[in-house]
Amino acid sequence: MKPVKIKKVQREELNFWEKTYLVPIFQGMSVTAKHFVANLTGSIDKVNVDYPEEQKVMPKGYRGKHRLTQRDDGTVKCVACMMCATVCPANCIHIEAEEHENPEIEKRPKIFDIDLLRCVYCGYCVEACPCDAIRMDSGIYTIFAPKREDFVIHKDQLLQIKPQSEFAADARPKQGMPALPGHSAGTSSPQIFSPPARAENRDTEPMKQDSSLAPSKD
Amino acid sequence: MNPDTLNAVLDIGIVLAKVLFFILFPLSLVPLLVWLERKVSALIQDRPGPNRAAIGFVRLGGLIHLIGDTFKMLSKEQLIPRNVHLFHYLAAPVIIAGVALIILPVVPFADVIHLPGGKEISMQALHLDAGILWYFAMTSLMVYGVVLAGWASNNKYALLGGVRSSAQLISYELPLGLSVIGLIMTFGTVHLNDMVIAQGDLLFGFLPKWGIFIQPLAAIVFIVCAFAETNRAPFDLAEGESELVAGFHVEYGGMLFGTFFMAEYVAMVVASAMIATLFFGGWQIPYLPTERLIALAPVLSQVALAGAAVVMLGLAFLSYRFYAKYNGKFKDIRDKEGLIYCVLLILAAGGAFATMGALAMFGFPQEWGGPLFAALAQMGAFIGKILAICIFFIWVRWTLPRFRYDQLMFLGWKSLLPIALANIFLTGVMIFLTGGLKG
Ligand code: SF4
Ligand code: SF4
Repeated sequence: MKPVKIKKVQREELNFWEKTYLVPIFQGMSVTAKHFVANLTGSIDKVNVDYPEEQKVMPKGYRGKHRLTQRDDGTVKCVACMMCATVCPANCIHIEAEEHENPEIEKRPKIFDIDLLRCVYCGYCVEACPCDAIRMDSGIYTIFAPKREDFVIHKDQLLQIKPQSEFAADARPKQGMPALPGHSAGTSSPQIFSPPARAENRDTEPMKQDSSLAPSKD
Repeated sequence: MNPDTLNAVLDIGIVLAKVLFFILFPLSLVPLLVWLERKVSALIQDRPGPNRAAIGFVRLGGLIHLIGDTFKMLSKEQLIPRNVHLFHYLAAPVIIAGVALIILPVVPFADVIHLPGGKEISMQALHLDAGILWYFAMTSLMVYGVVLAGWASNNKYALLGGVRSSAQLISYELPLGLSVIGLIMTFGTVHLNDMVIAQGDLLFGFLPKWGIFIQPLAAIVFIVCAFAETNRAPFDLAEGESELVAGFHVEYGGMLFGTFFMAEYVAMVVASAMIATLFFGGWQIPYLPTERLIALAPVLSQVALAGAAVVMLGLAFLSYRFYAKYNGKFKDIRDKEGLIYCVLLILAAGGAFATMGALAMFGFPQEWGGPLFAALAQMGAFIGKILAICIFFIWVRWTLPRFRYDQLMFLGWKSLLPIALANIFLTGVMIFLTGGLKG
């Protein structure tokens, strides 16, 4: 049998005044009194956010409420590939596909529901999406609804959500729609997937997708 | 009506008024103390504290929350768990609240008022020869409420809370009682009013002869034990929420819980009143015994009004600063709230100055105004002392962590009890050497 090791912990001896408790108590009370007086006279800068009137600016990379990105003409960019629904650990994305009028795009979601009550905000859906169609950069951290059913948000709602305004500039530019044959779509840029502006520090921006993940169109 | 019946009716009226006052005073302090508790803790922790509830634009720094809280408590459905011992379950809050309310009437709020007609009004509602012993008798009844609540709830956490609390109260009652013996020896009375009168003299010609100056050890022991008796932090082991959920009142909800909650604050008011009476001179205003207070009433009333006006102007300045700092946050009338209070306070200060002028012009009605002013001033002083000690209670609660159970017992039996005993011995020696207070 191995000998049991005994470790002697040196206890700090309290001196006489500390043993009476009274002196440390008054020291502690002077600390709290300082805070009290400073707050009462308003000399401490307020660190609180007065929530409904002021909203906190969430840091870059904060995973807020999801949103679906749009093409230039406002249609949904998602191609209903089901990657996000497959990867989702909470199984909370429900997609039903339908035919896209552009044969080059092939599919688009008819129904795109996310059950926010089941979502664990892991962000895997964003990582999985091959064409940057789903994002969590809205900065919305308060998710509330009067009814359980209202926590399931649908495609049109997801399309309405804007990125947090502070990062609007960072959001990737909208992308054009491939022109239908014999149909001159009003696309502003002929390029389908314009390369995104590369961030200096990718670690702080988990939301940005590498363009190499996007399906190549040639 | 002959003068005798008139007198009798007057006497009954005075007694009723006193009883009402002694019940309503602690009850009306409860919401104020809850507000203070929330606001002081917030400011200590660098938070703004309650400030949202509003009637129109009136928020009063969170005071409106109290109305909301009260209505919430009263209108909640009263759920009673199935397995409780119903009678004891219902009796516990009643015992605690009743006991808490019944102590205060022995406390004198001002000196006996001598009215011009030879009438005397004592400012105690209960004249008991027991005096301070009444306080001890009743506080020890409080533990029954706690134990009953814990046992009747049929819940292990509640039972543990109740048991802890009874052990704690028994351990701290001893030093509490012993610490006061020193005081009784020096003052030679158990009557609270006599004790307060005895504290009116001066020590060495400059120090008011307050209990805390002639019995400092007793004061420390008593104050510490009073914290334990009221179950307030750092001695709130009975409801240590981290280990016992909420202790003895886990199974209570709605207004039954509200009764416990109220009783806790009433007990705090009572403990403050006792501390103020025994150790901080009760209704005595230092250097101003009752006769001098009555004689100087014309001057002192002017001083008091001027002081009130200055305080109101200060508050007006504070609320203006508040207004200037947060202006434009809501973009509606709530922004102007501070400004409105500022104007109102300035008007009130103006009113105080006007009263001063009126008093100076028409002369002070010395015959009945003197005693009345003296009584009001003493009551004001006493209530001020109570509030200050209550704030001290709150301040301690938000500074100190809770004691561990063994530390609590060590402190009670191994330090406070010997100190209290030593204090009795020391007091005896001092009285023997100096011949008591008179010497
Ligand atoms: S954040 Fe995670 S849990 Fe939520 S929808 Fe996306 S993959 Fe599913
Ligand atoms: S992974 Fe992207 S493109 Fe595919 S279904 Fe999900 S959101 Fe649409």
